[in-house]
Amino acid sequence: MAVIRDVMPAFELFQPASIEDAQAVLGRYGADAWVLAGGLDSLDWLKDRIKRPQALVDLTGIPELKGIRPWQDGLEIGAMATLTEVVNHPVVRERYAILLEAAESAASPQIRNQGTIGGNVSQDTRCWYYRAGWDCYRAGGNICYADAPEAINREHAILGADRCVAVTPSDTAPALIVLDAQMVIRTAAGRERIVAAEDYFIGPGTDITRMTVLQPGDLLTAIRLPGEWSGARFYFEKVRDRKVWDFALVSVASAMVTAGSGTGSAIERVRLAVGGVAARPLRLSAVEDLVRGRPRNEATAVVAANLAIEGAQPLRFNGYKVPLMRNLVKRAIRGVEATTWTS
Amino acid sequence: MDFLTWGRSPWDQPILTHLSWDLLWASLFAGVVFLVAHASYMVLSAHRKRQAAETDAMEAALGHLPERITRHSLVARLFHWVMAASMFTLLFTAFLPIAGIQFAWVTWHWVAGLVLTGSILFHILHATVWLDFWSIWVGPRDIPELKAEVLRELGHDVPGPKSGKYPLGNRLYHLAIVAAGLSVVATGLFMMVRVRTPFLTRNPYLLSDSTWGVTYVLHGMAGVGLVGLIIAHVYFAVRPEKWWITKSMILGWITRRQYLEHHDPDRWDVASND
Repeated sequence: MAVIRDVMPAFELFQPASIEDAQAVLGRYGADAWVLAGGLDSLDWLKDRIKRPQALVDLTGIPELKGIRPWQDGLEIGAMATLTEVVNHPVVRERYAILLEAAESAASPQIRNQGTIGGNVSQDTRCWYYRAGWDCYRAGGNICYADAPEAINREHAILGADRCVAVTPSDTAPALIVLDAQMVIRTAAGRERIVAAEDYFIGPGTDITRMTVLQPGDLLTAIRLPGEWSGARFYFEKVRDRKVWDFALVSVASAMVTAGSGTGSAIERVRLAVGGVAARPLRLSAVEDLVRGRPRNEATAVVAANLAIEGAQPLRFNGYKVPLMRNLVKRAIRGVEATTWTS
Repeated sequence: MDFLTWGRSPWDQPILTHLSWDLLWASLFAGVVFLVAHASYMVLSAHRKRQAAETDAMEAALGHLPERITRHSLVARLFHWVMAASMFTLLFTAFLPIAGIQFAWVTWHWVAGLVLTGSILFHILHATVWLDFWSIWVGPRDIPELKAEVLRELGHDVPGPKSGKYPLGNRLYHLAIVAAGLSVVATGLFMMVRVRTPFLTRNPYLLSDSTWGVTYVLHGMAGVGLVGLIIAHVYFAVRPEKWWITKSMILGWITRRQYLEHHDPDRWDVASND
């Protein structure tokens, strides 16, 4: 069980200077290797002695993974760029403000100084049954303790649950999905693989033990932001128990291009995603299809919000997430000032 | 190689979680080795067929029988192919993710499981009421036939005895598939209370941890066993000397000569029994 001992089990520490060297170590140790980025997810696992890798591959010494640079008509963010670097980058601030908001909403300033964007999107779920080291489905067992009759599951999934009801903890993930970001992966075989952000995250139906498409030996090397959505009308909101340093109960992100700037102008292009409601950040494609071409007004926001929550299956203690998500989607369509909050 | 996978309960007790999936590869390997060995034996060995003269004589005597003998009714064939489709769906959805091909498999799996369950229930009813229920089972009366088959495989010319409606191999296979199929269905139905379906309220505490462990292990064992059994079934279905049986499962009939060559008219009386 998870008793914090603050003394990590022994492992071999590798601090490679290149992606190739890192992958050589990962290839040698296979599933017994652990990739360390900012360490904010990893050190919990290690100190709790729940994960006991033989080898720890620290990526902080690999220059190729750092920095933020121009890429085609957009931006390429190294996977080891810290969240603070993302927040402070002038191009992010000017053209991709939704990513700035999402990254800035993550944790505390100290954690953002240390945490990387690659780690933020690749971190494991915070389901406490799982993090406590119990042998649940996600840990390779055959039970979900959070989806049992007496489970405490206030923070868990209302959509997309499949045996496991854990949710994605990443704040930047919904923003990256609406920006149509590309995740650049160096596979274990040394090939570059580009995956759309919405496909980077996987649900328990696909693989119950992983949250992303990364296989042992794979490395996320960069995140590319195309220019298509830069400067769009963005909306990001993260609802959490405490205004500082907490994971999202529900978050929403949208990017929208309208025919004009006035109230009721037609929605020409839109992308919408929510976090905290499923094991993966969900792109709301059906909602996007519904609102495209419609005026950006209260009526459109209401039908969009109602469609967004279709199929939601709340657990014993997380029924509040349904109206919360509905209202956040309304706000994402209509804007916070003009939207009426309904229970 | 491990046979079982263990976990820890919240009370830190060891609990069975499931079968080791190493056994999937073992079953696949065993299935492939069997078919390679059998195919090699059939090519290289001196196994014997029945004498054609024996069948000629019977055909002369029983020429009044129709040219086409109905072997499987449309209903029986539909059952077989529905069961085959559900079985393949179950195996692919169960084992492809273990083999590394990831997709959302759970819903497909339990839906196929329900189709299989329904088809088995229908089959039991159909076989009990409308077919000769005992014709598919094996018993002491089949020992002479088994002995003759083995001798024939070893290269001896052995006349008679012949099987009833189903060759001995079919009946032995049916026995194995009944054991594996009923195990996988019974355990699978219990396991459905652990996943979300429109039919049942989830209750992972319906059984104790250890009972669940045994349920999962049995389900895994039956599933892994079915991999080998299905490989063998498909192999025999496409073998040239067995093709007439496969064809009858498609078209429903066999020729009079095939009937007389492979079946004992006393044990399978086509005039009075399907």
